Amino acid sequence: MENFFNLPLTFELLGYGFVQQMLIAGAVLGVVAGLLGPLVVTRKMAFAVHGTSELAFTGGAAALLVGVGVGYGALVGSVVAALLLGLLSRRDSDRDSVIGAILAFGLGLGVLFLYLYKGRSANKFGLLTGQIVSVGSTDLWLLIGSSVAVLAVLAFIYRPLLFSSVDAAVATARGVPVRALSVVFAILVGIATALAVQIVGALLVLSLMITPAAAAGRVTASPVKASVLAVVFAEVAVLFGILLSLAPGVPVSAFVTALSFLIYLVCRAFGGSRSRVVA
Amino acid sequence: MTAQVTDTSVRAAVALRGARLSYGDRVLWDGLDLDVAPGEFVAVLGPNGSGKTSLMRVLLGLQPLSGGTVHVAGGNRRIGYIPQQRALDPALTLRGRDLVGFGLDGHGWGVGWRGRGQRRARVDQALAAVGATRYADEPVGLLSGGEQQRLRVAQALVGDPEVLLCDEPLLSLDLAHQRVVSDLIDRRRREAGTAVLFVTHEINPVLPLVDRVLYLVDGRFRIGTPAEVMTSATLSELYRTNVEVVRVRDQIHVVGAQHVCEDEPHHVADED
Repeated sequence: MENFFNLPLTFELLGYGFVQQMLIAGAVLGVVAGLLGPLVVTRKMAFAVHGTSELAFTGGAAALLVGVGVGYGALVGSVVAALLLGLLSRRDSDRDSVIGAILAFGLGLGVLFLYLYKGRSANKFGLLTGQIVSVGSTDLWLLIGSSVAVLAVLAFIYRPLLFSSVDAAVATARGVPVRALSVVFAILVGIATALAVQIVGALLVLSLMITPAAAAGRVTASPVKASVLAVVFAEVAVLFGILLSLAPGVPVSAFVTALSFLIYLVCRAFGGSRSRVVA
Repeated sequence: MTAQVTDTSVRAAVALRGARLSYGDRVLWDGLDLDVAPGEFVAVLGPNGSGKTSLMRVLLGLQPLSGGTVHVAGGNRRIGYIPQQRALDPALTLRGRDLVGFGLDGHGWGVGWRGRGQRRARVDQALAAVGATRYADEPVGLLSGGEQQRLRVAQALVGDPEVLLCDEPLLSLDLAHQRVVSDLIDRRRREAGTAVLFVTHEINPVLPLVDRVLYLVDGRFRIGTPAEVMTSATLSELYRTNVEVVRVRDQIHVVGAQHVCEDEPHHVADED
């Protein structure tokens, strides 16, 4: 840990291509996670996100075993998970139990795949806790491409999606396709989750998808301001998390989660919007 | 204010002709002719399962008729919809003005950055009309049930509707707020000529406003003024059992009909 604030070493590492790629990937991810987060929180989907990320792990592990890019495997795993969750749990009351059942099975399957994989063990661990060192350039383009796609779809469905997230009954009455939107949104979350798994790992996806949005929700009630703040918070957490992790060589996710939790605590302590100003 | 089922139907805000709705063998209603004139207040009464909510769904375009025709002036988009009060999550990241804004363009695709100034002006106007300006920027989940219901009224009115569908909007409100909400609805139909269909299981809070009643029971129905429909003879016929209608001061009480008083909340989105 003596390298903790070793600036020259940090700058030296910044010259490496894989570090730059990781920063780009982190910055892109921050935007996607920050924009999806407030909607995930509004729809009470934190557990669904966690379940999806576990299946992204399963997909990534399967990809390692087969010898395909981990990013592709994670993507397939989480989109399948999102579709399952979107289709199986129509009623809110059994959503949690459905997620729990799928999540546990998927995680177990992933453990089996990792056991069967005979390659480097760093990659195994990285899937769960973050920092897959080999974020290759192919994966980077996959990440940027799918992020752009997610943001484009989100921009198109944003208003009716927010409407149906807040008030499904009235949105239905106004002709909003509430069910179709919830499946589409689950897929968007699945894609974003697959991206996040590559940076912070399956177990810690919530630190980017939920914590920044939860923090933003403590300081503003405006959906637009909350989205902007969530992006800023996610960017700060992911970029500074990566920078701080360079010199000491500690896994990225340790710093990302710590920073994002710190932001949450500060927002909770100073957030004034959660009490009425006008009595 | 009684609309005639003849040539005036062209100008009616809502027109149903020989409307029939059935699920399999079960007929909810058949041969329903109803014209609601602009500015008219029609209360829709009846026990659970009599098809009140299905009627709403038909008018909203969410449920096709099994027979007959339905016409809504200006189409489904010109309908304002006020649901029953349901507490919103206190932690919701949403302000009162956002809830009202949904009524304007919540169904529209895209982020909607164009015309934001005009949008804001219309939302402000709707907020002011229901007296909700003071708490328009507060988190909506922290408002009282009555305040939230005022916002629901503003949400329904902001789109300048020709028809207002009210689905038990007074349920779970205290008497003072029941009065406020029904007065807001009454003012709208008088000032803007908006036709009102008001589904309720309790006619008394809105009795002074009601022009006509549509009373649905087990596939049978009766349309007329409260004085015509809310009688022992008519309701006994509808319920096919001995029903006593008692008038106490300005209130109407129905005695003896099973399930007349329903407490079960219902909602257009709950029926599939």
